[in-house]
Amino acid sequence: MERRAYYKNKTLPWLLIAPQLILVLVFFYWPTTQALFWAFTLEQPWGGGNSWVWFDNFLAIFRDREYWSTVLRSGFYAVVVTAISMAVALTLAAFVDRALKGTKLFQSVFVWPYAIAAPAAGVAFRFIFAPESGLVGSINEIWPGVWNPAINGVHALAMIIICHAWLGIGYNFIFFLAALQMIPRSISEAGAMDGARPVQRLFDLQLPLIAPTFFFLFIINLISSFTDSFGLIDTMTEGGPVGSTEVMVYKIYFDGFKGLDYSGAAAQSIVLMILVIALTFVQFKWVEKRVHYN
Amino acid sequence: MIERSPIFDIVTYAVMILGLFVVIMPFWITFVAGSQSLTEVSQVPIVLWPSTHLFENLQEAWTRADLGPKMLNSFIVAVGVTVGKITLAALSAFSIVFFNYRARMVCFWMIFITLMLPLEVRIVPTYSIAANALLPFQFILDNLGITWLIQSLSGIQLSLEWNLLNSYPGLILPLVATATGTFLYRQFFMTIPDELVEASKMDGAGPMRFFFDVLIPLSRTNMLALATILFVSSWNQYLWPLLITTDRANFGTVVMQLKALIPDQNGLPDWNVTMAGALIIMLPPLLVVAFMQRWFVRGLISRDK
Repeated sequence: MERRAYYKNKTLPWLLIAPQLILVLVFFYWPTTQALFWAFTLEQPWGGGNSWVWFDNFLAIFRDREYWSTVLRSGFYAVVVTAISMAVALTLAAFVDRALKGTKLFQSVFVWPYAIAAPAAGVAFRFIFAPESGLVGSINEIWPGVWNPAINGVHALAMIIICHAWLGIGYNFIFFLAALQMIPRSISEAGAMDGARPVQRLFDLQLPLIAPTFFFLFIINLISSFTDSFGLIDTMTEGGPVGSTEVMVYKIYFDGFKGLDYSGAAAQSIVLMILVIALTFVQFKWVEKRVHYN
Repeated sequence: MIERSPIFDIVTYAVMILGLFVVIMPFWITFVAGSQSLTEVSQVPIVLWPSTHLFENLQEAWTRADLGPKMLNSFIVAVGVTVGKITLAALSAFSIVFFNYRARMVCFWMIFITLMLPLEVRIVPTYSIAANALLPFQFILDNLGITWLIQSLSGIQLSLEWNLLNSYPGLILPLVATATGTFLYRQFFMTIPDELVEASKMDGAGPMRFFFDVLIPLSRTNMLALATILFVSSWNQYLWPLLITTDRANFGTVVMQLKALIPDQNGLPDWNVTMAGALIIMLPPLLVVAFMQRWFVRGLISRDK
């Protein structure tokens, strides 16, 4: 939409946009460029300055088996977190959409996880899943040693995945409910008259109609599972036991700030950036298409 | 509701109660454990009913993690990020929508692209810029030869430095530097009819007058929606405050303090105090979301589409 009525002024629009531009240049574009620069250089030991090493840093991380297992683990983590969180949220939204008495209360409670800081949830879930106490620890009373996230990497990863999926319920729920409620009632009624049962209507009518929301959430969830896992991992396992819960963001933090390997961390950052940008692009392309279909 | 089948109604309630259980359980356990004594919290199987020690645990967590000043820091950061983002978003959207200048779309895209990369994926270089926020300006001056010029004229070596580590600007500014909100405002401003602009012009009002007297009052609900989500997300920040503050005593935020409350491997397993601390830290954003639900849902949904 083009606006016909404008203000004609030479300097004012620049003054208005300048604060945001400066902030974005200093804290977004400069660091991003810096990361790119570091990824291709190597800091010389004993203060010898930088030397341009082309793709050596990338080759180094790609030749590292540990890095590949971190990448695969992150991908697995993202997909499983997304699947669980979206499935739970969609189920809840589909039932709340039926709007029986008292659903307002349920509706507002289902949003709560959105408000919780990842480390706070991490601490709570760590207690819940603690092997010696908590809720799950009771199982160890019956079968000693059956559950121990402090030693067993699979248990530790499962614990973090469940917590991350729980945190995502609120956000996904809001979007699913809004999308479902935007479907005209008459469509569902027509489906019902044709004899479609509620579950059938959900899969054959409602889901195709909310496909754009579904896809949008899928991408957003993937991105946030890649990027937002730090707080959980740091409070729950610190990447352990023996690296079994280390994902890409955590490794960047660890190599960069604990290992002081800026070049390696920068190369890893670039890989993660490319991944996130690719996902974002897919999302925009889809949104564009949707606009054409309408 | 389309069909009335008692069995399906029962299924609906059953699923919702199950959902309620899944969503509330972590909150309930946090609350219950936070109210128990050390012996009660260490019991196996766990007792799922609150006890009487809530206030002493809250007090213990509060003093042990020094939550008073951290609470204040968290509020300063959350309010700072919220106000900063909303202000910048409103101003830049106003500039992009209501003025006609050639570079407008370039500016728009430059701001838009920032949504693609969350802070988490560029922490290492962002940290280095926070150590000296004037680095880009030094770079520009160096490459324009201005540093050299000043040095040869006056003999003074120009080196700009503004260290943001352990400071509120360092905690706040990098979080403000993305475009969240700019699009909400842009979309809203584009729905403002041209007639309103023309009418205000005819009344002799300049652009800033129009901005403050017409646009800002009209966008009040958008602002509330945006404020809610921004407050929650900045309160809940963890990685950035962790990096930027080495002086935890003075500049730590509450969410960072949680880790300090986790019982040691070999220490006392006083999860009751940990959970009481978690309760305190969860509460402010939860209250904001609970009270602002109507607006906040609006903000979320219109933000990302």
